Amino acid sequence: MVSICFYFQVHQPYRLRKYSIFDIGNNGGYFNNAKNREILQKVAKKCYLPTNKLILDLINETDGKFKVSYSITGVVLDQFEEYMPDVIESFQKLVDTGYVELLDETYYHSLAFLYSEKEFREQVKLHRKKMKEVFGYKPKVFRNTELVYNNRVAYLAEKMGYKGVLAEGADYILGWRSPNFVYRAKMATDMKLLLKNYRLSDDIAFRFSERGWEGWPLTTDKFAAWVNSINGNGNVVNLFMDYETFGEHQWEDTGIFNFLRYLPHEILKHPDNDFKTPTEVIKAYKPVAELDIRNIVSWADIERDLSAWLGNQMQKSAIEKLYELENIVRESGDEKLLEDWRRLQTADHFYYMCTKWFNDGDVHKYFNVYDRPHDSFIAFMNTLMDFRIRLKEMSG
Amino acid sequence: MDSNTSNIKVLMFGWEFPPFNSGGLGVACYGLTKGLTRQGADIVFVLPKIAGTLDEEYMRILAADKFGVDRDKIKFKTVDSILKPYMSSKSYVSEKSGLEGFLQEVESIYGSDLFSEVRRYSKYAKIVASEEDFNVIHCHDWLTYPAGIAAKNIARKRGMNAPLIVHVHATEFDRTGGHPNQYVYDLERNGMHVADYIITVSNYTKSIVVKHYGVDPGKVHVVHNSIDFKEGGIDEKFRIKDHHKVVLFLGRMTIQKGPDHFLWIAKKISEIDDDVRFVMVGSGDMFPYIVEEAANLGIGDKVLFSDFLNGRDVDRAYKMADVYVMSSISEPFGITPLEAMNNGTPVIISKQSGVSEILRNCIVVDFWDTNLMATKILSILNDTELRNSLVEKGLNEIRNFSWDQPAGKCIDLYKKAISEVV
Repeated sequence: MVSICFYFQVHQPYRLRKYSIFDIGNNGGYFNNAKNREILQKVAKKCYLPTNKLILDLINETDGKFKVSYSITGVVLDQFEEYMPDVIESFQKLVDTGYVELLDETYYHSLAFLYSEKEFREQVKLHRKKMKEVFGYKPKVFRNTELVYNNRVAYLAEKMGYKGVLAEGADYILGWRSPNFVYRAKMATDMKLLLKNYRLSDDIAFRFSERGWEGWPLTTDKFAAWVNSINGNGNVVNLFMDYETFGEHQWEDTGIFNFLRYLPHEILKHPDNDFKTPTEVIKAYKPVAELDIRNIVSWADIERDLSAWLGNQMQKSAIEKLYELENIVRESGDEKLLEDWRRLQTADHFYYMCTKWFNDGDVHKYFNVYDRPHDSFIAFMNTLMDFRIRLKEMSG
Repeated sequence: MDSNTSNIKVLMFGWEFPPFNSGGLGVACYGLTKGLTRQGADIVFVLPKIAGTLDEEYMRILAADKFGVDRDKIKFKTVDSILKPYMSSKSYVSEKSGLEGFLQEVESIYGSDLFSEVRRYSKYAKIVASEEDFNVIHCHDWLTYPAGIAAKNIARKRGMNAPLIVHVHATEFDRTGGHPNQYVYDLERNGMHVADYIITVSNYTKSIVVKHYGVDPGKVHVVHNSIDFKEGGIDEKFRIKDHHKVVLFLGRMTIQKGPDHFLWIAKKISEIDDDVRFVMVGSGDMFPYIVEEAANLGIGDKVLFSDFLNGRDVDRAYKMADVYVMSSISEPFGITPLEAMNNGTPVIISKQSGVSEILRNCIVVDFWDTNLMATKILSILNDTELRNSLVEKGLNEIRNFSWDQPAGKCIDLYKKAISEVV
């Protein structure tokens, strides 16, 4: 028996506008509303709306044998509400089928776990609240921003009532072990770990249209054969990826939608295969071992560590200066300040400052709204300087 | 010798002109041509046109009245090029590749490197020299020297015998922090030796020219740059000033301008006064390094960066600053302190600059003495009396500045040179 577990990440940050030196102290608004609206509408058209419709069709066609899970950030939901309410509706329809699981994460898609556990918990609570409001749903499984994980994440998640956590199945934490089983987290009493099968996930997310790749072109029967070969030596294939893979990272003309269209049927041809959501996986399979993960692992780049967000001094200094303000922001009691401070925590801001242009350079460049990482650092720091002036004026 | 200035017809070769300039050279050429035309000289100004600009559009912008140059007195001639004055041969290649789409159609007319561009420019100079009427040739910086020499040869063939004056705004030693490119050096040296006279923008530059290029000091005339004083200016309140003192760097981020020294000074000041903010305006090949270095030094939240600014925003930047620091390691002249003073901003300038020879109401410090720089900046920020006195006296001093002064000196030199060759 092999279960396929799909989890899609849905997220868009509030991108910053270029904050001029002459505006500092004017609180001119930090976010590029026009750009954010434009990108959201573009991605909704290319990805969210058509993919949601396709997945709804697939669920109906298979009588719920096909099922998926999503983690949808608070900041992208806020933007949907403001710019594209249709998208919210289409997600609600999916959730209403009963074959879609929602996961919890930090509302602001932040790295707060690394800098302030208090802030981390609050953002998770905010996300939980948002899931309730928008979908009437209570998630049972947690995933941290960018699958940033170590034992401590499991510990905190368990304390907050979650049954499972998603993490990257990186070679250096697994060693000889396989990602295709459920594991038990160290430092928690009964916390299950679902690990991403990064080879098969990235075959879809990154390599699907790569003509130089030996697996190209990736057909559904080829992919199903790879999945079938796990039968007998694994319980679950965790396919974790950005939702924007469909239609945005991999454009429609690559055939990605057709791939998704026929994959469930192809997978289900094999009598021993099925689809499960994370909670179902945890219920169905016993953990095979305990995993002790002390160092941080993430799903980014070939390093699968924090270097995409905290690899250089610009990134570190930006994020440290931001979290330094936590106490003053809280003490100010000002809602608007707190909201801006949290929006500035979104991991994407630090990702844009990444200077490792090696194997992952193309990916970073594609996602970067700035010409140079330095420009994003400047935009962030100029904004932060204005923010500190506001904070100072507020605190008297 | 004819003492009537209206008989002076200058064939001038330059690299850039506002608004198509990236630095001080364009500002200086603009100021000088304003001064010269005001005093009755006629100018044919030849300069490279940035590739991709439409000729008519370019000329229209150049000839626009708003520049205050007497349009009857100046005629622009442009040559298609992608040359920029501060381009190294390396950045030339990247600039060229950035224009690939455009270049595909016209590939054949472009040289394969910066130096063949220089040759192409000088070929065009021959055409201009054979068509135009002039009695003196005036070249601004190394890239135009071969053009000036070519024009002089054509003039001689036409029986015009016009003297060649090369104007040194910067030498390869200044630009490279003492590691000159041999080819550029050779072009500079040849131009200086063939020229009838050399103008340097300072005694500082004159000494470099004499020492490093083996030029007869008697042939070198110093003509300091200037500024046309503007009354009034920016009347804007910057909110940042309610909370922070602001120290300004404004210049290209290249080794010559010492942006790294500025950061080290900023670091020292931050250790003493946490509330001071540093604004760095400009772009250049050191830009990424400087941004990262600010973060490395732990002052990423104290230093504000801005791209190259133009026009009014430059004045706003000066106005926003409590003190302007020119930290150049070698500055032939340095017009920016004059602009700062015009905006009522106190200035601290490096001793290794030409402008320090003529300014009285500013503070002069060796660029390498970052401790003293930091101390002096702090005293301007904290000592209101000192600050007010620098602002007030600085404004009074700068009020007497005008491009008429350097233009007058040029005209005297033109007359002398013309009288000697005829």
